[in-house]
Amino acid sequence: MAHAVAKPPRVTRCRTGGPARRLPYLLIAPAGLLMLGFIAYPMLSVLYYSLRNYNVTKPWRNGYAGLDNFTRILTDDPQFWDTLVFSGKWVVTEVLSQLLLGLVLALLVNQTFLGRGLARALVFSPWAVSGVLTTTIWMLLYNPSTGISRYLADAGIGTYGTSVLSDTGTVFWAAVVAELWRGVPFFAILLLADLQSIPRDLYEAASVDGAGRARQFLHITLPHLKDAIILSTLLRGVWEFNNVDLLYTLTGGGPAGQTTTLPLYVANTGINGHDFGYASALTTVAFVILLFCSILYLRLSTFGGEAK
Amino acid sequence: MTAALAEQDTLPAAAATPPPAARGRRRRGSDQGVPRWQIYLPLGLYLLFTLLPFYWMLLFALRPAGSNALVPWPVTGEHFQKVWNERSFGIFFQNSMIVGVASLVMTTAVALAGGYALARFEFRIKRGFMLALLASQFIPGALMLVPLFEIFKNLQMINSLGSVVIAETVFQLPLSIILISGFIKNVPVSLEEQAWVDGCGRFRAFCAVVLPLLRPGLIAVGSFAFVHSWNHFLFALMFLSSQDKQTIPVGLNTLIGADSVDLGALAAGGVIAAVPVVIVFAFIQKWLITGFSAGAVKG
Repeated sequence: MAHAVAKPPRVTRCRTGGPARRLPYLLIAPAGLLMLGFIAYPMLSVLYYSLRNYNVTKPWRNGYAGLDNFTRILTDDPQFWDTLVFSGKWVVTEVLSQLLLGLVLALLVNQTFLGRGLARALVFSPWAVSGVLTTTIWMLLYNPSTGISRYLADAGIGTYGTSVLSDTGTVFWAAVVAELWRGVPFFAILLLADLQSIPRDLYEAASVDGAGRARQFLHITLPHLKDAIILSTLLRGVWEFNNVDLLYTLTGGGPAGQTTTLPLYVANTGINGHDFGYASALTTVAFVILLFCSILYLRLSTFGGEAK
Repeated sequence: MTAALAEQDTLPAAAATPPPAARGRRRRGSDQGVPRWQIYLPLGLYLLFTLLPFYWMLLFALRPAGSNALVPWPVTGEHFQKVWNERSFGIFFQNSMIVGVASLVMTTAVALAGGYALARFEFRIKRGFMLALLASQFIPGALMLVPLFEIFKNLQMINSLGSVVIAETVFQLPLSIILISGFIKNVPVSLEEQAWVDGCGRFRAFCAVVLPLLRPGLIAVGSFAFVHSWNHFLFALMFLSSQDKQTIPVGLNTLIGADSVDLGALAAGGVIAAVPVVIVFAFIQKWLITGFSAGAVKG
């Protein structure tokens, strides 16, 4: 706001009584009401259900349950801990590799070269594709009888009939690669946006002073990208944790629960298992964990330390 | 930041045809000493990783069933015919269009109002509102399926496209508002003030002065909204029960889940699902980077 105020008296006028005083509230009302009704209220319902037994297939048990659901999660549900571990593995692997590849990609397409516009359009294109379509595409590639592995086997690489999606040893990496495919462009776009805001003369000055490309990268590019990296890894981490589209359709959480993240476990419990009370308690726990990790991450990376 | 944006292609015309000379001059500084192969080799490898999956989908969609050729020749339309007619992708396509366009319109309109309030006014609950926008980013839509389902059931909106439109809109609003308010902040207040002096009301001044300058930003935000609701799957899967109401991702999932997967049909369905988003993407690609630098990263 501050930098937009070119002439303070004008803005003050907007704040002094009359219809202008109500205007900002009117403007945010549609967004506010939608979010109250369809985000805040459902969130509160989740909290309420989490304290109850609420299972549509066992209506006779429905009623107040106190903290029973939570005790069960923490002390008597090995699957919860399994899904938590898998969620952590999934988020860390995805975010780190997307950051690394995204950064390299952003640096590459930030250079001037013949065909840059086309290259940008092509490497960013999976951004527009998501969820089920990614699954569709990668299922065709991973298909053991007509997918890429068959043609590789024809050429003498690997063996016939390998289904990476049903092998517990490979399913994790198969899912990781599919998710990378559409996740890297998003990172690259964000980082490229920030790369373009670095003043060119910084590099010119550095190269006049004899700094090589490696030192320019370490002392100019990285420090400048720091905030963008912290923010985008955080957003992406939350998103990768919450996202269920891809795993739900690609692996269904299998084989043998090997790729079930916590949100996928919640979805299975609530929607397929009809145990809304327990699913709500799991949701609450997931939300708390997410919030805790996010705050911890922001603290550790001291984001906005000097800004606020 | 603002300087970089001014230098960047903020206006559509400039974005479409960047003056090549100016570009070359601006970039030269960091390019000195980067051998071409160090750009082309890794980029080529990455392009292979990006494009091979797309090619594979086209291959399956276009070559006749039972063929193992790596080039789809002769090209056949049988898979497209099949999914469009027998698998009702025609209806799915129509439903997805309705959901996509409706959430585009709703998201843009509501976010425009909210974004303007955040960019141009100081008011008491402003900080709280912004905090709510940020906090909502941490709330997973998938985890709220159960209460959302109950709300729409009470509103008697289950199995109507309206429920999906509302749910998609709501979950895209926070980011859209943040982005749009970033764009509005980049339009100098003085421009609006001049219009007020000339006798325009706030609304007319906004429409005449600010709105035209926001066009690239609005296109970016609208496209995100469209692409997102076009692709998103869970809400449609949960809220729409009858087949004639379902959307393309749900249709694709049915094909994936089928006992004997018809790969040709699946690939053709994938191509049908990809076409609108690819068109939208090609259209906004230039503005995407500016859009993010104005709103998401610095907002």
